[in-house]
Amino acid sequence: MSSLFSQDVPLSWYLLLSAVLFALGVLGFLIKRNLITVFMSIELMLNAVNLSFVTFAHQWHAVKGQIFVFFVMMVAAAEAAVGLAIIIAVFRARATLAVDRIDLMKL
Amino acid sequence: MHLILFLLFAGFCLAGAINLLLQSHPINSALSLIVVMTSLAVLYLLLGAEFLAAAQVIVYAGAIMVLFTFVVMLLNAGREERTMGSRTYRAVGFPAVVALLGIIATVILRAHELGTASLRDGITTTEDLSKVLFTELLLPFEVTSVLILIAILGAVALARHGHGDPDGESERTAAK
Repeated sequence: MSSLFSQDVPLSWYLLLSAVLFALGVLGFLIKRNLITVFMSIELMLNAVNLSFVTFAHQWHAVKGQIFVFFVMMVAAAEAAVGLAIIIAVFRARATLAVDRIDLMKL
Repeated sequence: MHLILFLLFAGFCLAGAINLLLQSHPINSALSLIVVMTSLAVLYLLLGAEFLAAAQVIVYAGAIMVLFTFVVMLLNAGREERTMGSRTYRAVGFPAVVALLGIIATVILRAHELGTASLRDGITTTEDLSKVLFTELLLPFEVTSVLILIAILGAVALARHGHGDPDGESERTAAK
C-alpha cells in the first residue's frame, strides 16, 4: 500500500489521457446534433491539447510550454465569445440549433 | 499519492467527457464539460503548473462555461434529436477517429525518453511564468489583448438585434 502512495506516474499516461480526450472530442463533433454541443466538443479538443502542452512543459522543464497554454486559453475565450454570438445570430435567423437543418452551404 | 490523485481525476475527466457525448440535453453536456475542465485543473497542478490550474478554473470552468450555459438557457435549447448523420460519417468519420487514436497512442507508447511525474518535482511558480511572459514574450501578450478587443467588438456586432437585416427594419416600421 505504501508503494502505491509513493509511486510516480509515467508522463506517457498523461499523454494517453490527452489523446483519448481529443478522440472523444472528435467523436462528439461527429455524433452530436446540436450546434452548442458541437461547439463544446471543440472546447474539449482544445483542453486535451492543453494537457499535452503542460505534460511536455513538465518533461523538458520549459516554461514556454505553459505560456503557450495561457495563449491558447485567451484565444479560446475570444473564440467562445464570437462563436456563441454566431450561434445566437444563426438561431435568430433560422429558429433552430439542429445542425442537420442548417445546411445552406451543403452541396 | 500522485498515482492515486492521477487515477481519480483522470477517471473524472474521462467520465465527464463520455457523459458529454451520451447526454441528449445541452445543459447536461455543459455541466459535464465543467467536470472535465475542473479535473484537468487538478492534473495541471499535479504537473506543477500552478498558475495554469488557477487560470483553468477561472477562465475555462468559470468564464467560458458560464457563457455556454447562458446561451443554452437564453436559446432555450431543448433535447436534441438523434439522427445518426450521413452515411459518409459512419463510413469515414468513425474509422478515422479510431485510426487517429491508434496512431497517437502508438507514437506515445513507443517514445522512450518520457520521464515520470511525482509530487517531489518542483512547481513552476507564477513568478517564473511572468518573468518570461513580460520580458521575452511581451509583444505576443500585447497583441493578444488587441485580439480580445476585436473579439468583443465582433461578438457585440454579431449578436446585436436587427443588425442591418430587413426583418428588424420591418418590425420597427410595423411597430410604428
